[in-house]
Amino acid sequence: MEGIDPNRVDEIIDRYRGERGILIQLLLDIQAEFNWIPREAIMRISERLHIPKSHIYRIATFYKTLSLNPVGRHLIQVCLGTACQVRGGPKIMDRIKESLGINEGETTPDMRFTLRRVNCLGCCAMGPVVVIDGIYHGKVTPSEVKGILECYK
Amino acid sequence: MARIRSKKDLLKLQESILAERRVDKPLITLCSGTACCATGSDAVAEAIKAELKKQNLDVVFRRTGCHGFCERGPILTIYPQGICYLNVKPEDIPEIINRTVKSNEIIDRLLYTDPNTGKRIAKESEIPFYKYQTRLVLGDNVRIDPRNIDDYIAIGGYQALAKALEDMTPEQVLEEVKKANLRGRGGGGFPAGRKWEATRNAPGEPKYVVVNCDEGDPGAYMDRSLMEGNPHRVLEGLIIGAYAIGAHHGFVYVRQEYPLAVKNLTIALDQAREYGFLGEDILGSGFQFDVCIHRGAGAFVSGESSALMTAIEGKVGEPRPKYIHTSESGIWEKPSDLNNVETWANVPLIIQRGADWFRSIGTEHSKGTKIFSLVGAVNNTGLVEVPMGTTLRDIIYKIGGGIRDGKKFKAVQTGGPSGGVIPAQYLDAPVDFDELTMLGSMMGSGGMIVMDEDTCIVDIARYFVDFLCDESCGKCVPCREGLKRMREILDRIVAGRGREGDIELLKEIAQVMKRASLCALGTTAANPTLSTIRYFHDEYEAHIKEMRCPALVCKDLISYYIQPDKCIACLLCLKNCPSGAIEGGKRKIHVIDQTKCIKCGICYEVCPPKARAVVKISGKPVPPPLPESEREITKRKK
Ligand SMILES: Cc1cc2nc3c(=O)[nH]c(=O)nc-3n(C[C@H](O)[C@H](O)[C@H](O)COP(=O)(O)O)c2cc1C
Ligand code: FES
Repeated sequence: MEGIDPNRVDEIIDRYRGERGILIQLLLDIQAEFNWIPREAIMRISERLHIPKSHIYRIATFYKTLSLNPVGRHLIQVCLGTACQVRGGPKIMDRIKESLGINEGETTPDMRFTLRRVNCLGCCAMGPVVVIDGIYHGKVTPSEVKGILECYK
Repeated sequence: MARIRSKKDLLKLQESILAERRVDKPLITLCSGTACCATGSDAVAEAIKAELKKQNLDVVFRRTGCHGFCERGPILTIYPQGICYLNVKPEDIPEIINRTVKSNEIIDRLLYTDPNTGKRIAKESEIPFYKYQTRLVLGDNVRIDPRNIDDYIAIGGYQALAKALEDMTPEQVLEEVKKANLRGRGGGGFPAGRKWEATRNAPGEPKYVVVNCDEGDPGAYMDRSLMEGNPHRVLEGLIIGAYAIGAHHGFVYVRQEYPLAVKNLTIALDQAREYGFLGEDILGSGFQFDVCIHRGAGAFVSGESSALMTAIEGKVGEPRPKYIHTSESGIWEKPSDLNNVETWANVPLIIQRGADWFRSIGTEHSKGTKIFSLVGAVNNTGLVEVPMGTTLRDIIYKIGGGIRDGKKFKAVQTGGPSGGVIPAQYLDAPVDFDELTMLGSMMGSGGMIVMDEDTCIVDIARYFVDFLCDESCGKCVPCREGLKRMREILDRIVAGRGREGDIELLKEIAQVMKRASLCALGTTAANPTLSTIRYFHDEYEAHIKEMRCPALVCKDLISYYIQPDKCIACLLCLKNCPSGAIEGGKRKIHVIDQTKCIKCGICYEVCPPKARAVVKISGKPVPPPLPESEREITKRKK
């Protein structure tokens, strides 16, 4: 066990006791709790709900929100929705990639940052938008990127 | 809260809520949608509460949903005067309360200034962005606190439901919606009444009704604003629809990226249950109905109807062939009706004010209003609700305030990844379902992304193909492989490696995808590419034949260059360049080492406006660097 608390997994499973079609909701809750879907959680769900592991993996790999890799201390989400795209989102993404030396979907080796791309956060008026740990940074310019990243240790 | 058992009860409750709320009391409202929360609405709210408490003032404070004018949020309005302040900050609050709320003075600097006339406008309704809209669906967002059902009841909420349940049979409700010719707001524009009828008549029980709040179209957020700002309105429409169809269970599918929508909807459901708008024996009619929320886990294709229904079953949200209609076999293979958020939100209006009234708005085949999310290179980003048939020019210029930074309009993209671009020569086209389709685009969910001369049209086509390539579920070959090949071709065109015949090849692949794909993701996936080829053929040619990007966007086709006669040797670009590609010094003209340049554009961004020395060059060679000896600036520049 990589330090995940099996009781938390059980608690989440218990929330949905007896309901139909809950697997995606359950995995979303696990993702919210641990920031990723640890292997142990998948084993536990499979065991308790009698769902084949292959089925759970199929879902976990299909949906973008669900991640099978641990997430760094800070999650960066760069919006590349159409509005942010035409307002220079890709330049911001490039800057962050170069600064951190990682690609979309990756985590820095020191586990400081995970970088993800999202398609529209619904606040296009602020575009280009970068969300770090739930804090929205709006109208970001390439030269501001360095300063913003430095705020997160 | 007591359960409400009849229309009479509901009217009585409305009266008592209104009586309790003395209208003579001053009221401050503050918008609190996602965008405004991100720009500091929470801090402003705290400041207001603290100040009211400190001064012990008898003022009502209400946090409302999104006003739609997100460009200028947070927006604070003071009633009864209706004075509207934009971009409010916490430090403005004491002044607002002392001067405006207490002494009725107007603070000029917080008002909207007309960019053309310089006139300041105090009333929200007079601001052009709002003035030219017809906000039948969105309008209530500014009047209510979405977390307080009493606010909704106070403005007549749930009375359409009461009318439907008490005065109308399910058949009559269905007829009314059919007569209104309400067309689906989520994509294809299919008549809602016909879909309801098919579900109603399909054999099999139970039946399900579903709200599609997946809103996968990147750049569109009207569904989010409705769900966050007025969830009861959507819910009321859904209950009415369930009654007409004969469904007793409903689902709301909300994308996970919209946490505030999920939260406000959850609260709304609880409150509706307490009053008896959900559950057993709704409003004493004997009709029974309840709803649960299903969060989407992030997959564009899961917004498609059959895919969404499989996702609700807890499976991988992939579409299936269209010959099995979801109205006959949807969730758990039972008859299911799916409609978009905005479609449902129109239903109470139709029931309350009648199909004839609804039909009086809009064009011949597209009735009512439509909400657009006007974004991109436009001055007033925000949500715009106008009658069907309004021209693009009115939307973009009258309401949207024209193009940012005085740039030139190039095209507007509608319909999201399934839609297309519309160039300047069609600005006077009336916007409705059929007209947009004729122009090679579509209505889609109402995203409207304005592009100026700085947008590369080939890059936009590549962007959508890239998006769809990522989102294609891979179940059918034409979509999976077609998109991949299209991406390869577009990638090489924007990289300056385009070949003769690439445009024809793109068109050919598009044809196959259109005919042979399994779901609408694939059949419409080529639209952005086809429409850009149709209207901007010369830009494709420039990329392929001249290796030139006319909009100066494509990284591989442009170079940054500092014009020696304009450089003021301010050191800004040199200090900011992340790859140390700029040589220079004090009073020494700066020069970019093209071999080190990574084309991040920071030098272009930071070069002071008075100098504007950095330029982008495409399609021709960069002038050789100035010899070292000529770089000294001797004369002071004026
Ligand atoms: C790939 C794909 C994605 C879709 N995404 C959405 C969506 O996010 N929201 C939506 O309301 N409709 C979406 N649709 C359209 C739905 O399939 C369906 O037509 C619509 O929700 C029906 O509601 P309406 O008739 O009220 O428009 C999508 C369709 C496709 C093919
Ligand atoms: S496109 Fe980025 S927030 Fe909408």
